[in-house]
Amino acid sequence: MFELTVFDAALRMATPLIFAALGGMFSERSGVVNIALEGILLTGAFASILVTYQTGDPWLGAFAGLLAGVLVSAIHAVVSITFKANQIVSGVAINLLAMGATQFLTWIIWGSSANSPPVEGMSYWALPESWGAVARAVNVVIGHYPPLVYIAFASVVIAHVTLWRTAFGLRLRAVGEHPEAADTLGINVHRLRYAGVLLSGALAGLGGAFLALNTHQFVKNMSAGRGFIALAAMIFGKWNPVGALFACLLFGYAEAVQMGLQGRGIPSQFVQMIPYVLTMVALVGVIGRARPPAASGKPY
Amino acid sequence: MSRFAKAVSVLSPVIAVAAALLVGGLVVMAIGESPLRVYSILFRGAFGSVDSLGYVVFNACPLIFTGLAVAFAFRAGLFNIGGEGQLYVGSFVCAWVGLKLGGVPAALAVPLLVLASAAGGAAWAAIPGFLKARFGVHEVINTIMLNFIAIGLTSYFVINVFKEPGQMTPQTAEIAASGQLPRLAGALQSVGIPLPAANPLNASILIALGAVWAAWFILNRTTLGYEIRAVGLNPSAAEYAGINVRRMLVVAMMISGAFAGLVATNEIMGFRYRYLDNFSAQIGFMGIAVALLGKNTPLGVLFAALLFGVLNTGALEVDVFTDVPRELILVLQAVTIILVVVANEVLTKKLREREAGAASQATEESA
Repeated sequence: MFELTVFDAALRMATPLIFAALGGMFSERSGVVNIALEGILLTGAFASILVTYQTGDPWLGAFAGLLAGVLVSAIHAVVSITFKANQIVSGVAINLLAMGATQFLTWIIWGSSANSPPVEGMSYWALPESWGAVARAVNVVIGHYPPLVYIAFASVVIAHVTLWRTAFGLRLRAVGEHPEAADTLGINVHRLRYAGVLLSGALAGLGGAFLALNTHQFVKNMSAGRGFIALAAMIFGKWNPVGALFACLLFGYAEAVQMGLQGRGIPSQFVQMIPYVLTMVALVGVIGRARPPAASGKPY
Repeated sequence: MSRFAKAVSVLSPVIAVAAALLVGGLVVMAIGESPLRVYSILFRGAFGSVDSLGYVVFNACPLIFTGLAVAFAFRAGLFNIGGEGQLYVGSFVCAWVGLKLGGVPAALAVPLLVLASAAGGAAWAAIPGFLKARFGVHEVINTIMLNFIAIGLTSYFVINVFKEPGQMTPQTAEIAASGQLPRLAGALQSVGIPLPAANPLNASILIALGAVWAAWFILNRTTLGYEIRAVGLNPSAAEYAGINVRRMLVVAMMISGAFAGLVATNEIMGFRYRYLDNFSAQIGFMGIAVALLGKNTPLGVLFAALLFGVLNTGALEVDVFTDVPRELILVLQAVTIILVVVANEVLTKKLREREAGAASQATEESA
């Protein structure tokens, strides 16, 4: 249960969760609940494979995943910020839309109701061997996982700094806690909320791209509830990038272990449930109360 | 309600559906098919025969239950997106009790199973209701989490404990025959409606209609319903009026969950006669769309569920006879939800402006 292979698998499982959880955090910090993460992951996954399939370049594919995420989250932003409609409803609708549209397009483009043809994944980072021992040593570190795994970890650091050490982060938090006060101080509430939601789309879209490129194809409904697990990780991590990271690692680990347990007589369903149960426990406050941003979910 | 306000509540769903069909038409055109042809096949697929009409009603039936679940909770100011989990638990409890009812007469077995379905859903919904009432935790996250927990638990029990011996399919054995609801084909044929015997339409639809009436009656004709609506409109005011808000939250959630659990009457008692792992294809989530489209009123839910029944039934024909895959319907439904909430906000805003305008005019005139 603690072998290196499980650790490897756990990191790969955690990566899309990290991206999506960071995304969810930016959105909720700005005051917009984003349960569309599930649909954004799925759309990002689809777009990344489509573009990789057409161009043969997984990096372009990943960028397409990011862009698709931004586009989908833009729907959420328009509906819930500009039109002030219910954010949960918008999220539910986007999840259905993503599910329908990706299957629809998979059929139209590849003539399959289940999956895309396989594509090339991202090649691992590596310095040329000719650079000597130092390059080889560096490669052991940076060449062990697909590049997006490292980018996910870097995103956590960037998100942490952005949220806690920049004016943008401060304003974002202000808008999520008390939009009236922020507005009085001359902060453009709508613009910041748009930024938070679009950022969440970019990150979750990238997470979807990793999910699909790591599998080397698009499979229908391949997000399989990961958007909701990311949401859970964000809550469990108390709306903090670093907290979310650890929650994602924990949940990714649970997923990796659960896969290892299949066929060994231990009911995998119970391991699968861990993130959901832990999140409910965290919300009740048994292990330190998880408190959402005060204005999260309220249109302004 | 003013005439304009009434018009708004009818107009926004109609506008949303029309606009969604338009969007769908554009999508169809984009892939080189004729929207007219696709839509005529869609509606012929739904209305073309008595058999297909039977399917429309059959497909609408579970959506009536989950739509009522969402609508009822909404009236108490609660967002129950846990219908999926509640219907799984209700259905599982129904099948579990149903397996043990051999020899019990139908007059007893059927009401018992209906009760078991409702109780299962209600118990599962009571959890987020209690957590909200006691700890103030928002029900949305908890109902999402409980959906997954319900899926995991039922899946575990079906595969590891209750699986029919000698079968590969993750499903239980058949429930007692006395607990099964009759198909309606026989009864309809005897009054001259030629519904084919193979049509799955069953007596659960009568329970669904009863549920629509019950939801309306509780909300509009009982003290309980009055208190639930008061809590939904303004919890603080309700509290000052002496209403036990916390209790109402739990009760409203439980009634909501009971409606979701009743999906079992169609899926288990009336159709499959057994519990099949993961049988619900988003029925719980579709309930949200149905409730929204039906403006959170029981009668509205009935009509919205029938509309979705039409779309779901017609989609199969579209799938077979055109190059358009049936997922078009999922897209249509999603677009409808988005548009209905947007249309609602826009029209409500217009309504407020109009009322504000009328009010200022009135003060000017009196001055």
